[in-house]
Amino acid sequence: MRQIRQLALVEDTVGPPEKVVREDISAIFEQVLGHPVKINDQTDIVEDLGMDSLGVMNFVMAIEDFYDISIPLDRIAQIQTVGDLIHAVDDLRSGTN
Amino acid sequence: MTILDKHAAQRLVYDTLHSHGLDVRFDAVLSPTEGMLSGQRKILLGTNNYLGLTFDPECIEDAIEATRSQGTGTTGSRLLNGTYGGHVRLEEALAEFYGRQHAMVFSTGYQANLAMLSALVGRGDHLLLDADSHASIYDGSRLGHGEVIRFRHNNPDDLYKRLRRLAGQPGDRLIVVEGIYSMLGDTAPLKEIAAVKRETGAYLLVDEAHSMGVLGETGRGLAEAAGVEADVDFIVGTFSKSLGSVGGFCVSNNPDFDVLRLVCRPYMFTASLPPGVVASTLKALSRIQSEPALRANLMRNARHLYDGLQAMGFQTGPEANPIVAVAMPNQETAVAFWKLLLESGLYVNLSIPPATPTDVCLLRTSASAAHTPQQIDTALAMFADVGRRLGLLDTQKRRAGGVA
Repeated sequence: MRQIRQLALVEDTVGPPEKVVREDISAIFEQVLGHPVKINDQTDIVEDLGMDSLGVMNFVMAIEDFYDISIPLDRIAQIQTVGDLIHAVDDLRSGTN
Repeated sequence: MTILDKHAAQRLVYDTLHSHGLDVRFDAVLSPTEGMLSGQRKILLGTNNYLGLTFDPECIEDAIEATRSQGTGTTGSRLLNGTYGGHVRLEEALAEFYGRQHAMVFSTGYQANLAMLSALVGRGDHLLLDADSHASIYDGSRLGHGEVIRFRHNNPDDLYKRLRRLAGQPGDRLIVVEGIYSMLGDTAPLKEIAAVKRETGAYLLVDEAHSMGVLGETGRGLAEAAGVEADVDFIVGTFSKSLGSVGGFCVSNNPDFDVLRLVCRPYMFTASLPPGVVASTLKALSRIQSEPALRANLMRNARHLYDGLQAMGFQTGPEANPIVAVAMPNQETAVAFWKLLLESGLYVNLSIPPATPTDVCLLRTSASAAHTPQQIDTALAMFADVGRRLGLLDTQKRRAGGVA
């Protein structure tokens, strides 16, 4: 988690990243899971990455910190793949949620 | 193939619990602190019966009298034929106890949360929940139409950050926290949360289910203990813990409070509490006000239990509250420990994920004012014995660098 916090701190000073980048999400996955992951838009967060409900919650909170957003619970429930996640984060950051 | 195939994973868990004898059915309950199980007398150390009022002679007498004179049930909604004098008197007594203008009584504590959360937060509003909230709070959030945002457990900074992100958006915000969290027995940092509430213009609801009759100078709960009652807009609670019956309530000073009687579906579309339950609850509420010794005994027992378990080297929750949770290294050990305690004569709650926060397995105990110091000593001795038999205490002490 330390690295994510540092990332978030850096972002605080320059504002959140302009566009959701899969590499950032991949880095946050690695921090939460503790090992490297290979992801694409079709990667299923629970099935393919073997996350339990607690892991998903920690991951979502790390994403929220990094992008300075809050993802409402009903939106989280709709997110199944990495592509869904990127789409949701983009929506929330552009205010078109 | 049946319609329940979708629950195959839970079915497996249920079958496992059943085959291990983990689905306890008491043959008889003898007192607030003792029950019969498989022909053996057990000490009850996992009941939420904080003040031991379930067998209070005055409460029982009032329940009998009300049942004889008014019948076993109301058979109707509060809005139709289900409001008797007792329901109104109970609401008045709760309002007076909390020093608030309004009170509403629900048929369970679960329904109180369903009702209040779904009614207070509408479309375009935001509900901010502590991540470790009770299921009734999560379910209430799903019954309403607002957006639901989770903040990190007991973290006012994270709450503040999330409210700041909502700046400029229309709609009301409602923060929901609990007085004492039911699994680890930790309290909310209510002073700090109240400060966030004031700064951001949000409303604050505190669920005092486990803290009513337990915390505060007069037993009004964490808001009283933290000195922030004026900042709490809505207090929700239950009768099924310190008051020893069943039912829920909400109190508030909101001038429009009574409109909730036409808005809260879990209030409207269910039968009201039976007269006997209302009568025993009213008496219990007067007992907790007239007998502060109950609370003193409870906290003495809680401290005794907490300190005893800690001294042995068990990993417990952060505070010596009546809920004392003991962390187990894994589920297998938790089940084995729980079974050996029960064989020894002690009933505690076995709590496993997803009911517990952070995936930890717990043996959850709760002290009662009705426990004698000897019963707590006996329970501690059983914990020590089982802990040694399972090699748990030695391991923990070695890890802590102590002498086994």
